[in-house]
Amino acid sequence: MSCRCGLIPEEGKMGNATVHIDEKTIEKGSSLGRDAWFRLRKNRFAMFSLWFFIGIVALCFILPFFPGIADPNNTHPDLKSLGPFTSADSMEGNRIFYLLGSDHLGRDIFARMLYGGRISLMVGFLATSVSLGIGVIYGALSGFVGGRIDSFLMRIVDILYALPFMIIVIILTTMFGNKLWLLFVCIGAVEWLTMARIVRGLVLSLKNQDFIEAVRSLGLSQWRIIYRHLIPNTLGPVIVYTTLTVPAVMRLEAILSFLGLGVQPPDASWGSLIKEGADRMASDPSLLIFPALIFGLTLFSLNFLGDGLRDALDPQSSRD
Amino acid sequence: MDSIRYILSRIGQSLFALFCIVTITFFIARLTPGGPFLDDKAFPDYIMKQLNAQYGFDKPLPVQYVYYMGRLIQGDMGPSTGNKGFTVNDVIAQSWPVSFILGISGLIIALAIGIPVGVFAAARQNTFIDYSLMGLAMIGICLPTFVIAPLLDEIFAVRLGWFDAAMWEDSSAWILGAVTLGLYYSAYIARLTRGSMLDVLHQDFIRTARSKGISFLKVLFKHAFRGGITPVVAYMGPALAGLIGGSFVVETVFGLPGLGQHFIKAATNRDYWLINGTVIVFASLILAMNFLVDVVQVWLDPRRRKNG
Amino acid sequence: MISFRRHPLTQPCWVGYLTLFLFLFLFLAISLFNTACRKETLVQRATREKILLLGNGAEPKALDPHIVQSVGDGNILRALFEGLVTNDPSDDSANDPGVAERWESNSKYTRWVFHLRHNARWSNGDPVTARDFVWSYHRILHPKMGAPYASMLYFLKNGEAYNKGEIVDFSKVGVKAVDDDTLVCNLENPAPYFPDVVKHTTWLPVHRGTIEKFGKMTDSYTRWQLPGNHVSNGAFKLTDWRIGAYVKVRRNPYYWDKENVKPRGINFYPIDNQFTEEKAFRNGLLHLSYTVPQNLIDSYRKKKNTPLRIETYAGVYFYRCNVNRPPTDNINFRKALSYAINREIIVKYVTMGGQQPASGYTPPSKGGYHPPDKVKFDPILARQFLKKAGYQSGAEVPEFTIFINTSEAHKDIAVSIQDMWKKHLGLKNIKIENQEWKVFQQSVQDQNYDVSRAGWIGDYADPNTFLSMFVTGDSNNRTGWSNPDYDRLLAEAAALSDPKQRYAKLFQAEEVLLDKLPVLPVYWYTRVYLKSPDLKNWNPLLLDNHPYKYIDVISD
Repeated sequence: MSCRCGLIPEEGKMGNATVHIDEKTIEKGSSLGRDAWFRLRKNRFAMFSLWFFIGIVALCFILPFFPGIADPNNTHPDLKSLGPFTSADSMEGNRIFYLLGSDHLGRDIFARMLYGGRISLMVGFLATSVSLGIGVIYGALSGFVGGRIDSFLMRIVDILYALPFMIIVIILTTMFGNKLWLLFVCIGAVEWLTMARIVRGLVLSLKNQDFIEAVRSLGLSQWRIIYRHLIPNTLGPVIVYTTLTVPAVMRLEAILSFLGLGVQPPDASWGSLIKEGADRMASDPSLLIFPALIFGLTLFSLNFLGDGLRDALDPQSSRD
Repeated sequence: MDSIRYILSRIGQSLFALFCIVTITFFIARLTPGGPFLDDKAFPDYIMKQLNAQYGFDKPLPVQYVYYMGRLIQGDMGPSTGNKGFTVNDVIAQSWPVSFILGISGLIIALAIGIPVGVFAAARQNTFIDYSLMGLAMIGICLPTFVIAPLLDEIFAVRLGWFDAAMWEDSSAWILGAVTLGLYYSAYIARLTRGSMLDVLHQDFIRTARSKGISFLKVLFKHAFRGGITPVVAYMGPALAGLIGGSFVVETVFGLPGLGQHFIKAATNRDYWLINGTVIVFASLILAMNFLVDVVQVWLDPRRRKNG
Repeated sequence: MISFRRHPLTQPCWVGYLTLFLFLFLFLAISLFNTACRKETLVQRATREKILLLGNGAEPKALDPHIVQSVGDGNILRALFEGLVTNDPSDDSANDPGVAERWESNSKYTRWVFHLRHNARWSNGDPVTARDFVWSYHRILHPKMGAPYASMLYFLKNGEAYNKGEIVDFSKVGVKAVDDDTLVCNLENPAPYFPDVVKHTTWLPVHRGTIEKFGKMTDSYTRWQLPGNHVSNGAFKLTDWRIGAYVKVRRNPYYWDKENVKPRGINFYPIDNQFTEEKAFRNGLLHLSYTVPQNLIDSYRKKKNTPLRIETYAGVYFYRCNVNRPPTDNINFRKALSYAINREIIVKYVTMGGQQPASGYTPPSKGGYHPPDKVKFDPILARQFLKKAGYQSGAEVPEFTIFINTSEAHKDIAVSIQDMWKKHLGLKNIKIENQEWKVFQQSVQDQNYDVSRAGWIGDYADPNTFLSMFVTGDSNNRTGWSNPDYDRLLAEAAALSDPKQRYAKLFQAEEVLLDKLPVLPVYWYTRVYLKSPDLKNWNPLLLDNHPYKYIDVISD
């Protein structure tokens, strides 16, 4: 008999499982993931967001391989600040078509957005994964164990939170050079702290609920309880917070380039493009509008996807 | 009795944490390449040696550390190398009130918008109102402060003339700064509130209460609110510290002389004592906020009192 | 299971709506109240009260003339203090009497006598005497003081030796107070332009009594600089200093020329962010801005009666080359790099501030020194030099990096130049490294770079301030370049007293510099800023040292 002890079982499925005990006709057990996927597929908005997001990723990573996409670092200072859909003759004599216009150095905005997207998406995902991985485990452990160890672990979080981030980033970039992976590590290393605090808070609330008592009385090990029972129940707010973390990460990356510590010129990321656009918003609004638009739309889609995931993973939510 | 012991032990832990923070910051600040006196126009080595000697930077690090801690215990945070003539105490005393006012105003705006919007969106889940409110909230999160701040400044101060564009004295620019900060955090709070309110609202005891005929508002505030607010309260710790610690971007864009600018400037100037000073302020804030937040969480959710 | 598609809790929820409306209402109320209350802008009120509102760039690091280094600090100090000689409001090369009424020198220009006026006073009433100047120069040259700019006083005989600690008796240094009103300066080398030199902030006097009240002569961080303690001898005295907000100065009641001081006071605003400053100016909060964001220069140019001012400024933007590291150790390669930079494009489209493409290193001054005309854009010549350097094509050149510190302007220029080198020389392996400010300084100091961006602003009106830095071992050289001919020519020029001969010698030295090219000049600076029409008597000056006492504010 399959037992999905972490969830309040759904009436229908449990019913089936008790009937078919025979090995051969045992219904394929359904895991949390599978149920969630089914529910997600029914949420049209979330599916649309998923496809949209995949589309953006494909655009940024695959489209630049096609011919016709300009080199984002080719400057034509005499062709600066042209509007969208304009063609112009460069000094070298070739005709250049700007899909979304040119920036203040004559570079193609569309191409910059594509290449910038690669960096932003990579940073967003890798840093968020780092912070998610460390934060959830740390927070769950701390909350579950409780008592003095919990206090001690949380004090460490406080200490790390209070350290001057900028100085640490400067030291690390001087030691290792201005590499991209260092960026993921630094940003992830900051974001996990807040995640840990939130997860710990949730676990502390969940810990004393009945179903945990029940599972404990079954004699399961600490790790099993944390892994199979506590963490899945924290998934709702964690997912919501993750969809808040990704923009925070991308924004932190922009602030780092604001301070000279992020992506190195002439490369760009959406964050640095938005920063350049914000500086010039009085004279070249398209420098801000287009990158901000794609940044915003990508994050929107992530957000609705996150909502959909949250609904899909929580069987008690409305959709039925 | 129990709670007093708890409070005392938390204070003790916090002080110890503060000590660790100050020590770690002291040493990593010195490790950073570049010193406080390097500048665009260079000067000879023998002059550099004298400057370092004046401030005691030529002594071995552990000696400097002991000397610094000795002064710190007496409340003296040392002189500021980036603002000669001022001590770190002066600098912090001057800039603290600005950040405080900005932060508190920002927080009030954030909570005043964020919580009701979140609750409202949760109550109207998956309707058009829900989506549009959350959409607006996403704008607050997606657009970084360094976009919103100059945008507000350009539109409301310069073009419309409703506020002053910059500066602190005799100026209303700080209001726009508070709005920028508030909008940003309100978006976070709205989303967190909505998320956890949804979780709470779907639980059995809510259904029970409603079926008993208790009005929606009563159910909301008496039963759902406490549980739903938990993650928001947990978020308050870092949010409040961040708000009061000062937002560098808002202060730069509106020309406000708060604490946030000093965090970055001290690091840029390698003003070691000021770096330590700002870290002490920020760390004390966080420790105090987290302590408060934990206390409030326990009060809100009695189930946690056992292990609180 | 009951379906919850229509949530049972859907009741009109007025809480959300109400809060939103309340907030909007408050916002509008505050703003309307605000606009109603303000009858005049800050600038209008300041003009009425005769206070100058000046944007001053970054926060001053100190208000002690012996420890400051940057231009913004210098502005405030010139309002507070007065030296022997002061700046003329319309001509950089003119020397107006300051504390000194008149001065003369011997025929060789090695001995100068300054006659001080009798009625010069400090802001606390004490008389300003020649002994104050001697004490001040003692302070800045004192080895323990660690004054970064002490080298400005090496003009004095034995000044350098005393500063280095080689001599310990200050009386051997070439400055003496013969009596209260007479100051005699003996110089190491002839300097016909010495009165220009003493206009500099390092030569300003400080009040001995005040400094010694708060610490030793050589303590650089005591509280004497704070308002309430600060004593100065200029047209204004310090009344307020709030970090990040303002520095306020008001009329010095004891100033000898107080009848001619037009403004009643000055507020200096250290607004770091140039966009904020421009908005503040547009909003009527400043009479003068320190700078203008590049992207707005064009739109200001097109305005009628524009507040935009673009003026020549004695400074040069250039790239340092590390002459001890490949590939920049090869002189032909450096020449190739220099000839491949299209300076016209940079000043026209990238910096857009009316700068002049550099044809030499030292910026030309009207009626004075003109540098050799050896720097230009010539892509064909550039490629020839590339071949001479031993590279058949640009792809063979090993990777090297352009180092910049964080700034949009530096970034844009670096990106443009990188692309030009790619286009005209085929160099594919150029990286740009954007380093944090102090890390950048350290890299340049340690000569840990390949090519780095640099700038230099003249301290006084003479080409020596630009050329002396490339002497072997000068702390501002930082390229590793050393040339005995160059050193010799500069030393010879220092010994000459006839200006024409000096210029000719310096010209020869600069020819050596431009031939060996340890640096790649890009353009000569301009000062770009916004000026309110209320500000009068504000004239373009090459060194931008405006004597504030003549600046008037009148509304038209």
